[in-house]
Amino acid sequence: MSGAPGEVPLSIALREELGDAIETARTSQGELTLRVRREAVARVCATLRERHGFTRLVDLCGVDFPERNPRFEIVYHLCDPAAGRWARVKITAGEETPVPSVTGVWRAADWPEREVWDLFGVRFEGHPDLSRLLLWEGFDGHPLRKDFPVEGTGD
Amino acid sequence: MSDELELCFGPRHPAIQGVLVLRLRVEDERIVECRPVIGHLHRGLEKLFETRPFGEGLPLTDHLDLAAPVTSNLAYVGAVERLLGVEAPPRARFLRTLFAELQRIASHLLWLGTHAADAGAVPPFFAALRERDRVLDLWESYLAAWPGGEGGLRPGGLSHDLPEGWSERCREFLAEFPAALTGCEGALTESRLWKKRTVGLGVLAAEAAVDLGVTGPALRASGVAWDLRKARPCEAWGEVDFDVPLGRNGDTYDRYRVRIEEMRQAARIAVQCLDRLPEGPVLADLPAELEAPRESEVYHAVEGPRGEIGFYLVGDGTATPWRCHPRAPSYANLQALPEICRGELVSDLVTLIGTLDLGLGEVDR
Repeated sequence: MSGAPGEVPLSIALREELGDAIETARTSQGELTLRVRREAVARVCATLRERHGFTRLVDLCGVDFPERNPRFEIVYHLCDPAAGRWARVKITAGEETPVPSVTGVWRAADWPEREVWDLFGVRFEGHPDLSRLLLWEGFDGHPLRKDFPVEGTGD
Repeated sequence: MSDELELCFGPRHPAIQGVLVLRLRVEDERIVECRPVIGHLHRGLEKLFETRPFGEGLPLTDHLDLAAPVTSNLAYVGAVERLLGVEAPPRARFLRTLFAELQRIASHLLWLGTHAADAGAVPPFFAALRERDRVLDLWESYLAAWPGGEGGLRPGGLSHDLPEGWSERCREFLAEFPAALTGCEGALTESRLWKKRTVGLGVLAAEAAVDLGVTGPALRASGVAWDLRKARPCEAWGEVDFDVPLGRNGDTYDRYRVRIEEMRQAARIAVQCLDRLPEGPVLADLPAELEAPRESEVYHAVEGPRGEIGFYLVGDGTATPWRCHPRAPSYANLQALPEICRGELVSDLVTLIGTLDLGLGEVDR
């Protein structure tokens, strides 16, 4: 993302503040990606917002890798508009492991977290109303999982 | 005694481009709570992206923002190019910037006409849609120069160059447009009636707008100077001069003023693109099969008429994306609707929906 010289100091500063909550920090294609421990994601995001100016949650979505364990990745795209910096935060999640909600950090996370629940079946702990978003209550399955057939299940 | 009432607005309503349900709690004609229910236009586009090669995913992006498909195309091809390590030639970058700005004009004009008509001002509707037709004619005559009409943006550039006489027709339109726009806004900008209906209505504070993920004119009308064309310029936006209009109060009138001024700036950019159009090819030399590197990912976004339209792509070493997630501006902006509705009159609801300029196609995907 941003090629600004602020990137390396950011990952170093975060390691100092958050210790082992940050698993890896890597820059590829000019984009900074932070792999974060699942339990710590809300704390990491709050720190990024309060101390480092990442006031915008640009996007939040899930990715399914069925051969991995845990199989899901939750991807957060953040932006620090004042400094023109971007960062990507990633955690892993399984079918049964709930993820801490970041709705308390950015209100923008409300619908995206519901959507990830709806389409991937990942639960977010602390979300005020984790109902389905694009599909209807009572829909069977989570269609963006790789094992859900493209043609549907006849529901 | 409470006179609280529950109302269900939608799913079909002339003020909505698409299908949307709003569950309202109303007290004495004032909106206490508004809860959008979305998904009526959900077509599983993200699943479909995973079933076809990168190039064949492009037509799916037409089905996101139905009023501005070109900017969805542009964000997608930009993301694919970065994932695959391809670069569009300079001439294509200028032409794509030109097309995106024409698309901004067309999209804002559609918004202007329908928004004004929703609020009871009908004449601007005809004036705005007449101008929009001229933009659509330009786009159509460009597309018609390609057999089958399936030309346009491509990963690596454009399918074909401008047809004979196109830039002259485009210049003619751009020369006449500022005056035509003044005609469109004549019945509104200084009108006491229009101001009475829009000034102070649906105020969105700057901090709330940022927190809710709002982008585009709806964010800038709240006084936040944030435009991806300046913050992270791609295509030819870094090489042209333009201003980013801002509002102060974040109300319906400011959002109106910002979009009007954005159209003037868009025309200014478009003229510069034509003036400085480099010579050369419009499509990079690409292998027949475009394969993404293993375990690759990219997020690429452009400033569309409604705000930040971006794509998050994950590649797995094949010619098909493992994951393709569009970040749709209307999706985030719609989350601000409950905020701007609270305390307003039910009779203003249609104006409040209009002021956000939503594309339900990209909300539901």
